Amino acid sequence: MVKEIMSGNEAIARGAWEAGCSFAAAYPGTPSTEIIENLSVIKEVSSRWANNEKTALDMAIGASIGGLRSLAAMKHVGLNVAADPLCAVGYTGVNAGLVVVTADDPGCHSSQNEQDNRLYALLAKLALVEPSDSQECKDFIKAAFEISERFDIPVLFRVTTRICHSKGMVELEQPGEIPVKPYQQNRQKYCMLPAMARVRHAFREESLKELEEYANTCALNRIEWAHDRKLGIVTSGISYQYAKEVFGDSASILKLGLTNPMPKALLREFCSAVDNIYVIEEGEPFIENAIKSLGFACTGKEKIPILGELNAKIVRDALVGQEAQAGYSIDLQAPPRPPVLCAGCPHRGFFFTLKKNKKHIVAMGDIGCYSLGVGEPFGGFDISTCMGAGISGTIGLAKALEMQGDPRKVLGMVGDSTFFHSGLTSLIDVIHANANVIACVLDNSITAMTGHQVNAGSSKDVQGNEVAAIDLVAIIRALGVPNERLRVVDPLDLKAVQEAFTAAVAVKGPFVIVTKRPCALIKEVARANAGKHCQVDPDKCVGCKACTLIACPAMAFKDNKALVADPASCTACGLCMQMCKFDAISRVGE
Amino acid sequence: MTTNILLVGVGGQGTILMSKVLTAGLAQMGYDIKMSEIHGMSQRGGTVITQIRFGDKVYAPNIGEKEADVIVSFEKVEALRALPFLKNGGTMVTDEHEIYSMPVLTGKAEYPSNALVALAEAVENLAIIPARAKALELGNVRVQNICLLGALVKVLKLKGVDWKGLLASFVPEKALAINQQAFDAGYAMI
Ligand SMILES: Cc1ncc(C[n+]2csc(CCOP(=O)(O)OP(=O)(O)O)c2C)c(N)n1
Ligand code: SF4
Ligand code: SF4
Repeated sequence: MVKEIMSGNEAIARGAWEAGCSFAAAYPGTPSTEIIENLSVIKEVSSRWANNEKTALDMAIGASIGGLRSLAAMKHVGLNVAADPLCAVGYTGVNAGLVVVTADDPGCHSSQNEQDNRLYALLAKLALVEPSDSQECKDFIKAAFEISERFDIPVLFRVTTRICHSKGMVELEQPGEIPVKPYQQNRQKYCMLPAMARVRHAFREESLKELEEYANTCALNRIEWAHDRKLGIVTSGISYQYAKEVFGDSASILKLGLTNPMPKALLREFCSAVDNIYVIEEGEPFIENAIKSLGFACTGKEKIPILGELNAKIVRDALVGQEAQAGYSIDLQAPPRPPVLCAGCPHRGFFFTLKKNKKHIVAMGDIGCYSLGVGEPFGGFDISTCMGAGISGTIGLAKALEMQGDPRKVLGMVGDSTFFHSGLTSLIDVIHANANVIACVLDNSITAMTGHQVNAGSSKDVQGNEVAAIDLVAIIRALGVPNERLRVVDPLDLKAVQEAFTAAVAVKGPFVIVTKRPCALIKEVARANAGKHCQVDPDKCVGCKACTLIACPAMAFKDNKALVADPASCTACGLCMQMCKFDAISRVGE
Repeated sequence: MTTNILLVGVGGQGTILMSKVLTAGLAQMGYDIKMSEIHGMSQRGGTVITQIRFGDKVYAPNIGEKEADVIVSFEKVEALRALPFLKNGGTMVTDEHEIYSMPVLTGKAEYPSNALVALAEAVENLAIIPARAKALELGNVRVQNICLLGALVKVLKLKGVDWKGLLASFVPEKALAINQQAFDAGYAMI
């Protein structure tokens, strides 16, 4: 048997392929992104980056009903966006198997919250599968497709950052034939009008009962008995690994892999057989509540933190007690190292200018690399919640400021990918409401934050095929934004950006600024910039520090002189040159 | 017995390639391996951490405080930041290189000048090595990671793997020789 070291995401992609999945759609989002990236190189699978998670799931549902085993993948907050189709498909069920991967992020490694999406399985009435390592990611995906078809139910496949981005050994199998189920018209099943929905709801309640029977005996849920039965642990997902790490074979473990519907008979069997029950799970007391509702006392969230990510040490400290080990500590603080906009980042010119105009503006942010503009020294915005809100939120905020007699204008920002995701509908609201706001689209030609995925503005799709790029400026014009209320500028041209701000602040009503300049880390851009950099002439530098105001990580200030300390990362973007009144900075290597 | 290794550095320094080569070698030695690296926001010049655990059977992919047998740091203050993870009697290997974060560059925070002295006082098994300087001398800063890999392999006394041969499957052919030199140099630094 071939063994390979794989991340959870690689294993999910591999498992889907081995299971005969032939359609996959997703919107990027850490930690889920690599699932589609790995599937996109498999030619038997039609893979797509969608504009958002809802359209991704819509596509996958269409493919499943049409007869293809289908997968949709997203990060946890993406499932909020896709919640509408998710709850509908809970009723319709599937034709060919449908698996929805939700990648949760306990610990907020790269997210705005740590919501536990297992709760969606209850809400939308789905089967819920939770793997605990890379091997299970592959094996359980295959089981998930079987369950989906056998019980006519979509499967919510719940992973977490630590599973997605950890690697372990995986035994590979060969993919079989790609199964295609004939498409069959069935309006009673697939048209969710009230009369049909009522019937399908009843069907779903019955099918969940059958699935529960299955969950009681299937291999995804198993008991590992220890010699004595004093201590019983119930756990799922990554927490199983921490339980094994801490208790080894000294405690009996009920390891759950199929957690909705809960295998109640199995839980009863296990809980009755042990003296004490610990429930080890990250996030919400999902399993704990199920056990308590069966009338068993257990120790869970009173000891295991609901906040953040677990590890073996946290579990050990909580349930076994602190180990007395001195460890090392020094009375010296490491200075913080927050992530920052890259050297040569096009967003920098926008944030520098925004800061200069702060007297007249209250800004709302959004999610993307430009969210890094919130930090020092730019303090780029006051509010940021979720994708798209950077534009739509301004409408309410502008009204509130107006009613308080606050003369400042509200500005909102989204990136190009966020524009296509939900910023477009938000902008339509702004225009249609004739809101007094400045809507900015920071178009860097890529979905940068999540690792540079193509989007609807790109001329290539995820598989590298040529496609027609969608022109977002043409869309904005088509919304009826006239020339005098629209500026398309190069964010690295500080004069042009300032001119756009001046014009935007001067008028009442909607104004749109589009900054256009590709991200410095796009391969082709980086290649074109390779070898180019700027340098400071120490004889001309007077030490005024004006150039440091743009906060470029490639620059430093030493012995009262500015210098380009990291020429390898400098892209010769020229922002620092524009800041220098003494002509001390010049480009080299061109 | 499970061995816990932490690689810490700054986004873009090449911790990921280093962990790939290391785990490939460990796999050849027949170990069970778990490796965990969180990428996301941290790529934009933030702190990056890779955790590698190997042994007969490994469950958890991550390492808690006071659990690391060896920490390899690509940068001085990152060694300081990671210190609470070092197990009693564990080994710290750190590059003497300094990278200033944005709060340091803008004057909001100070970069400690005595980090290495303080580390040397606190940690009995400490190796301070000029991996980045060596990489520069060899002609490519990017081989700093392989230089550190050489040092780590020596610390762990990992025998029976053709590490330099292994490099061929991870780096382009024209960069193989310099990576192999970097490995040897790192190995000799311990
Ligand atoms: C609903 C939702 N889906 C996905 C994400 C993950 N995510 C964070 S930023 C981002 C894309 C940002 O791309 P863009 O707007 O083009 O900005 P850039 O990073 O390129 O500056 C995504 C997809 C999220 N935070 N929320
Ligand atoms: S990845 Fe691109 S958009 Fe993001 S911070 Fe770096 S240069 Fe800017
Ligand atoms: S040109 Fe100046 S501002 Fe631009 S990347 Fe180089 S050092 Fe930074």
